[in-house]
Amino acid sequence: MQNTTTGPVGRSRPRAARLRRGAAIGAVGVLFMGLASACGGDDSGSEADGKVTLTVATFNEFGYEELIEQYMEENPDIKVVQKKTGTWEEHRDNLYTKLAAGSGLSDIEAIEGDGMAAILEEADAFTDLTDPEVEGRWLDWKTEGGTSTDGQLIGYGTDAGPEGICYRADLFEQAGLPTDREEVEALFTDWDTYFATGKEFVEKMPDVAWYDSSKGTSQAMINQLEFPFEDADNNVVALENPEVKAVFDKVTEMQAAGLATDLDQWSDDWVAAFQNDGFATMACPPWMLGVIEGNADGVEGWDLANAFPGGGGNWGGSYLTVPAQSEHPEEAMALANWLTAPEQQIKAYEAKGPFPSQEEALGDPQLTDSVNAFFNDAPTGEIYSERAAAVEVQPYKGPKYGDIITAFQAAILRVDQGQESPDEAWESFAADVERIG
Amino acid sequence: MSLDHPVAPAGDVVSTTSPAGATTAPRSTTEVPVPREPRRRTLRHRLSRLDVQLSPYLYISPFFILFLVVGLFPLIYTGYVSVHQWSLIGGQGEFVGLENYRAVFEDRYFWRALRNTFSIFVLSSVPQVCIAMVLAGLLDTQLRGRTFWRMGILVPFVVAPAAVTLIFGNLFGDRYGLVNDALGLVGIDAIAWHVDTFASHIAIASMVNWRWTGYNALILLAAMQAVPRDLYESAAIDGAGKIRQFLSVTVPMIRPTIIFVIITTTIGGLQIFTEARLFDNVGLGGSDRQWQTVTLYLWEIGWRVRNLGMASAVAWLLFLFIVAVALLNLVLTRRIGGGSR
Repeated sequence: MQNTTTGPVGRSRPRAARLRRGAAIGAVGVLFMGLASACGGDDSGSEADGKVTLTVATFNEFGYEELIEQYMEENPDIKVVQKKTGTWEEHRDNLYTKLAAGSGLSDIEAIEGDGMAAILEEADAFTDLTDPEVEGRWLDWKTEGGTSTDGQLIGYGTDAGPEGICYRADLFEQAGLPTDREEVEALFTDWDTYFATGKEFVEKMPDVAWYDSSKGTSQAMINQLEFPFEDADNNVVALENPEVKAVFDKVTEMQAAGLATDLDQWSDDWVAAFQNDGFATMACPPWMLGVIEGNADGVEGWDLANAFPGGGGNWGGSYLTVPAQSEHPEEAMALANWLTAPEQQIKAYEAKGPFPSQEEALGDPQLTDSVNAFFNDAPTGEIYSERAAAVEVQPYKGPKYGDIITAFQAAILRVDQGQESPDEAWESFAADVERIG
Repeated sequence: MSLDHPVAPAGDVVSTTSPAGATTAPRSTTEVPVPREPRRRTLRHRLSRLDVQLSPYLYISPFFILFLVVGLFPLIYTGYVSVHQWSLIGGQGEFVGLENYRAVFEDRYFWRALRNTFSIFVLSSVPQVCIAMVLAGLLDTQLRGRTFWRMGILVPFVVAPAAVTLIFGNLFGDRYGLVNDALGLVGIDAIAWHVDTFASHIAIASMVNWRWTGYNALILLAAMQAVPRDLYESAAIDGAGKIRQFLSVTVPMIRPTIIFVIITTTIGGLQIFTEARLFDNVGLGGSDRQWQTVTLYLWEIGWRVRNLGMASAVAWLLFLFIVAVALLNLVLTRRIGGGSR
């Protein structure tokens, strides 16, 4: 400020000159804006040669690579581009951002089963895929999960996650339990027998837990409740529902009895536990087989039992949807229809392992004859077909389901980690539910 | 604007954009005659003056225009969103005033996130700047293979943060981790990195330090190399040892760079996201939010709870918090550096 020698020209200039300078700067600014806006191209799916380009966004492994090649061969007018993302969480974040923005979504978007309820809340943003041709294609609960309250079919089912129990036959033998696939079924008929056997097991094998994580076990139990956290009108009932409290009490009681590993499912420690004889059993949907095989590489003794405590249960499985944003909804719908047909889903199963949710596919010899060498040559196709038929209850998952089960599992994990007593953990879970409210 | 009135000031603006046109265009003869030569000179004169005065603004204008579009506008728009009900999908709702801010202040997880952010920030930036100073000081000497060492400390910065987090996740396993194995060798009990609040902060801070220390060291090194060497010779003659030289010559000489490093570290340290997000697979900062930072909290509110109004309020609060801490740091470093230059 003390320096008065700078800018004498500027200060002595008349007001008009300053105005002119301002106008020139403004003109340059407008020019730049014009350039910037000129760069925004249109990205419509139609190309010069008349081909329609469809994009398919999936996460994890859907096994669609070869199918898409086949579809393009059979339909020369259509070009299909698959966009793959690592996990459902990333895929979901991207999906919601673009839903909010109103543009940028693919012509077909895959949706994970647990996230479908929240998507159905936004049914207006998706195309109604109702078609007489696909009626009765899927298991009933699968179709229901993709149908909105006013009867629109928003999602075509891809795969399903019927649960069995995976177990370590070698550890069972050391503990004096039966090891044969048919014999162990009796140990897994209901939760009481399952937990009682577990107590027996940890008594003989104090260094090995009975199941992999409280998270996985509690999730399996929650998946057998009809209305776990929300009623049919989407009112949150998580705290009033005695069944939820019963699951919480049971799982924390078994944790205190030493049945759990106390590890967070999917954590690095959990992955390492596969190599360290950390546990003997776990709830096992079809897609888990690949996870176990990868994590337990070199470990011998894994097997799969055709039984699940409390009957059947489903964990995971996805849908294909067509966002209303799509510029080619008819073509996209036709592709989604084709991809989710039984013949194609069997091929996807053979390629990457997602288990079909189509009635017709479940009886197909191609599926039922398949065996898994890592799991002691278990007839996985046959077992999971039966497990899928045993699923009676599909829990109602409202829009808050995902947030509430995350809080529920965090509460159980706090007990596992010794941070809170079961009562304290329930209290803080209650506070979390209020917050999500 | 027309060229019919050459004396009108507006005409000059046009002429600045097309000088050739202005001088050769046919003029109406009814105007007051103006001597041609002097006018051309003034025009050229004006032009060159304009060039001198306008060009610098032109050259820097892309930054400011971009800043306006991608910096200032989002900042103001976020403020607008924060005083409305605004769902991620449903979009704008009613105007609610400061209701979102009240909701944030009443949420116990916000305060926990603020505590975690500050704790991780202190645990990461203080050692980071100190170690970077020492590293830069060492690299500023006559080392054998200097270029190798100087490039070497930048390697962690090149590795993607997600990859760093995966590797550190293995190191900091609660039960089967390498760090705990090493601690076990010297008889220290295993530390529950994913359970204990302070331990989780140390684990995350170490990832941040791993990534940024080398980068900061290189910036400080660049400044140190600009310090005139004769200052060190004089200091040596006066009997100052290496450490005394470092503290009394190097540090005061590179004070502006130190301030720059501290401010950027402050901004980065208060916005830690990736390391905390990937420290477990749920991404909410642990079973009891032991390591949920404010950015992670913002992400939870915006994308999990899908309440953009409240998330925008968090964004503004974080912005104000960062400005406050950065100003505090600026004042502190000015004081510590001693005197003004």
